This record gives sequence, C-alpha cells and structure tokens, in this order.
Amino acid sequence: MSDMKVVADPGTHEIAITRSFDAPRELVFKAFTDADAVRQWWGLNSTETIVDQLEARPGGRWRFVQRDGDGNEFGFHGVYHDLQAPERIVYTFEFEGMPGHVLLETLVFEDQDGRTQMTDTSVFQSVADRDGMLQSGMESGAAESMDRLDEYLARG
Amino acid sequence: MRADRLNDTFAALADPTRRAILARLAAGEASVTELAEPFAISLPAISKHLKVLERAGLITRGREAQWRPCRLEANPLKEVADWVEGYRRFWEQSQQRYDRLDQYLRAAQGKEPPEDQQPTDRSGGDPPHDRQHHR
Repeated sequence: MSDMKVVADPGTHEIAITRSFDAPRELVFKAFTDADAVRQWWGLNSTETIVDQLEARPGGRWRFVQRDGDGNEFGFHGVYHDLQAPERIVYTFEFEGMPGHVLLETLVFEDQDGRTQMTDTSVFQSVADRDGMLQSGMESGAAESMDRLDEYLARG
Repeated sequence: MRADRLNDTFAALADPTRRAILARLAAGEASVTELAEPFAISLPAISKHLKVLERAGLITRGREAQWRPCRLEANPLKEVADWVEGYRRFWEQSQQRYDRLDQYLRAAQGKEPPEDQQPTDRSGGDPPHDRQHHR
C-alpha cells in the first residue's frame, strides 16, 4: 500500500494529497515536466494520454488528452505559473468537459534521503467546486452535468 | 432535499441496535416482538428505535395485520451507498494516478515493481491493456 493521504477540510476550497515516492526529486520533477514521461504515466489505467502541449516555463501552456478504450477523448489544459526544478510546480488546471471551473494546483517535492515527499495542493474557485470534485471526480462530474442537461431538455 | 434525507439516514444508522434491526429486516419482515427478542431492552425502547427508522424512511410498517409487520426500505440505503461511492471513486482515481507515477519512477530507475502491485497494472509506456472504466 502507498502512504497517500487526502485532506479536504469541510467548508474550504482545498484538497491536499500527500504521497512519497522512492525516487530522487529531480526524477519526479521530470515526470511532470517532460512530455515523453507525462505520456507514459499521466491519466488512468483505462486511458492513454496524448501530450498536445507542454511548455514547461512560467506562462507556458499545457494540454493533455485522455483517450479511453471507446475512443472518447477528455482534454485538460492550463498554464504554468512557476517552475523551480526540482522542488515546485504551480499551474492552473481546467477540464474541458467543465469549462470555467479552473483550479490552481501546487506541487511541492521535498527530499527525504533520496526519496521524494510530494504535496499536491489544489485550490478550487468555490467550496461547491471542491466538493463536486471530491464526490465524483472531474470526469464523472461533467457526465452528471450532461445528464442534468438531458433531463432539463427532456422536460421541455 | 437530498442532504436532509442523508442527515436523517445517517442519524438513524448511528446506533448499533437500529443497525441490528435493519440487518434482521434484510432477512424478511418481522413483528415488533420478534425484533425485540435478541435485545435486552424493553418493547417501548424498541418502538422508539422503530420510530426513528420509520421517520428516516428506512422501514415501513404494515397496516393490514394487527401485529403491523416492519419491512426494510432500501432506497435511503442506496442514497448512502451512492454518496460513499463518489468518494471511493475520487480516492481510487487519485490512488491510481499516483500508482502510475510510482511505476514510471521505478521503471525509469530500473527498479522492480513492489510486491503489492497487481500484474494488471501497467508500467512504462505500454499501450493500455486494462479497459476498465472508472467513471
């Protein structure tokens, strides 16, 4: 089992995930900022990842696409605000299925005798956005909002 | 509306006697006397518990027979299960994303995957084998 922890205090805009990795932080930093590395691990087991853009510099854009087994594509994009190798990455994150719901993500990598302690903090625009993410994940949240739209349209 | 329902359901479930009553009713309807049997408490105390369960919509009581059998109503429990399911999904997705990073980091260092990794998990840049949907 991993040592992953998720902290989401009630009524706040934040989710903080911590986890350690048995790798030096230079390599962990590279895993987030190198297109070939991102392609290999980003996403879920059920999807493959296409790195459309990855400009690892402040003001640079990123856009990754997850494609599932049925060919459905889910795009994610944002802008890098701060990159300090090998200790810190700050970027915005937006799921294209839910445009307008932007979060600010800060990754901090701390060295622990050659291992890396990662803290991944996401700040959402509202408590409701944060809770929506916690309660269903970004993709299913979007699917649910489409269901609600269907229901609305069906009611005429 | 749904949040109120959840409050009532969780409040009703936050008692071992009431959970035991629900477990008994999962096996079929029962009278108050039958429900009271396994517990060392009075009939009025059992009736109080049944009222809480009834108010939360977790049980209904028949009107046809004089002994007014209690029945389990599954809907509020399904709402609880759906609510928990969302959190499980977020947790598992986060876990899976970072398991994949962990595998990448191991492969990049020429390390073996840890023993608790399932063989279906992929490492490195192979195309996905596992087509499970997590949404």
